[in-house]
Amino acid sequence: MASKYSNLTFKGYRRENGRVGVRNHVVILPVDDISNAACEAVANNIKGTLALPHAYGRLQFGADLDLHFRTMIGTGANPNVAAVIVIGIEPGWTERIVDGIAQTGKPVAGFSIEQNGDLKTIMDASRKAKEFVHYATELQREECAISELWVSTKCGESDTTTGLGSCPTVGNMYDKLLPEGIYGCFGETSEITGAEHICKERAIDTQVGERWYAMWKAYQNDVIEAHKDSDLSESQPTKGNIEGGLTTIEEKALGNLEKIGRTSRYIDILEPAEAPKSGKGLYFMDSSSAAAECVTLMAAGGYVIHTFPTGQGNVIGNPIVPVIKITANPRTVRTMGEHVDVDVSGILRREMTIDQAGDALIENILRTANGRHTAAEALGHREFVMTKLYRSA
Amino acid sequence: MSVPQLLAHETHDNVGVVVIEGLKAGTEMDCVVTADNSAFKLKVTQDVPIGHKVALTDLKAGDTAIKYGEDIGRIVADVAKGGHVHVHNLKTKRW
Repeated sequence: MASKYSNLTFKGYRRENGRVGVRNHVVILPVDDISNAACEAVANNIKGTLALPHAYGRLQFGADLDLHFRTMIGTGANPNVAAVIVIGIEPGWTERIVDGIAQTGKPVAGFSIEQNGDLKTIMDASRKAKEFVHYATELQREECAISELWVSTKCGESDTTTGLGSCPTVGNMYDKLLPEGIYGCFGETSEITGAEHICKERAIDTQVGERWYAMWKAYQNDVIEAHKDSDLSESQPTKGNIEGGLTTIEEKALGNLEKIGRTSRYIDILEPAEAPKSGKGLYFMDSSSAAAECVTLMAAGGYVIHTFPTGQGNVIGNPIVPVIKITANPRTVRTMGEHVDVDVSGILRREMTIDQAGDALIENILRTANGRHTAAEALGHREFVMTKLYRSA
Repeated sequence: MSVPQLLAHETHDNVGVVVIEGLKAGTEMDCVVTADNSAFKLKVTQDVPIGHKVALTDLKAGDTAIKYGEDIGRIVADVAKGGHVHVHNLKTKRW
């Protein structure tokens, strides 16, 4: 059924595989930590490129290595990326990532350092990066239906105002736009603790709900119970959460879950950094609640815009995905307003309804999709943080 | 309606959230339940920062704190109606 949201459009970059991006990055992607220097040198040589240095990629194995490759390939494959240079210490894993990204049809080229050295690698990769910049900068935005947008969410530095204002704002947006055919994504597995009975019920059917519950339970057993040495005080909730008035994980979880609104139901569960395969709708991604890790994983899953409710004022951004900050806390608006994209503090004053706040967020999402830089982009926040499952070999 | 000083989520919640800065002890607060927009008055007995919780009724050690209409943990020290509820008198029932 058509709604007032059905005819919304935005101007995006249609990629070779049909997906639509809202940014047009030429990324210089290191396979491993020791290739960061070469990538940063290429990005310094060729203006309009973006290096994504990170800390890992050596001697990982098993599920942890799979996650590394999934994150690398997913980041390069994200529709916000026009073309990719991949640089690794040796050709084997470099080509594996190149081949994964190449499946999207976008321009990608790999370079390896052994038997070349940094300097020759940097020269060869810089020449190719320059070609890619010429290619990317000729691409034009085109009008796209709202249904082509993939929007993820995760909150951070939450407080009690997030559960009252900014998280319900995101939930209202999902309740309005998921029926129009967008892809959504929420996660933060540990942070559902205390609201898991509600989250399980928000699955599309009991089978998906049971799978979600088994995943949540495994996180409890394998991560939290296996490693905790206290009641997680000052970690979950964080010191910032507690400063903001949140006392327990149950309270935090109930506020967190406001992000999926009143009517939205998730249709499937994603591994960290996994791309959705069950069509349009809302997904749960098994993920850490640490902001930079979680947003990096969702970006690798293919989401092109991230909505980020905050209470006390998390300043996070992401190099390839615009991160839209929403807050209802008037003190945060007053003291760190330069980080806030959508001010919904009127909800606390009862001057703004959740419905109005949801519409304000949708408007900001469309302006951001059209090219308006978010606060985090303007302030240079490019946190790219890989999730590591266990120690390397 | 005037700007409220405290919001509660559901009608049977026993804690609510201070939503203004600089709230002083003794203030007769204008309070609203967001679920049904019902209003009530409550005198806060301590200075409570924005975002922090206030007991809407007398709470005893062993009671369950209710917010969003749900269990958010165990009261571990008595707190009278209008008092500050936080880590000193409320603990998680999980980990």
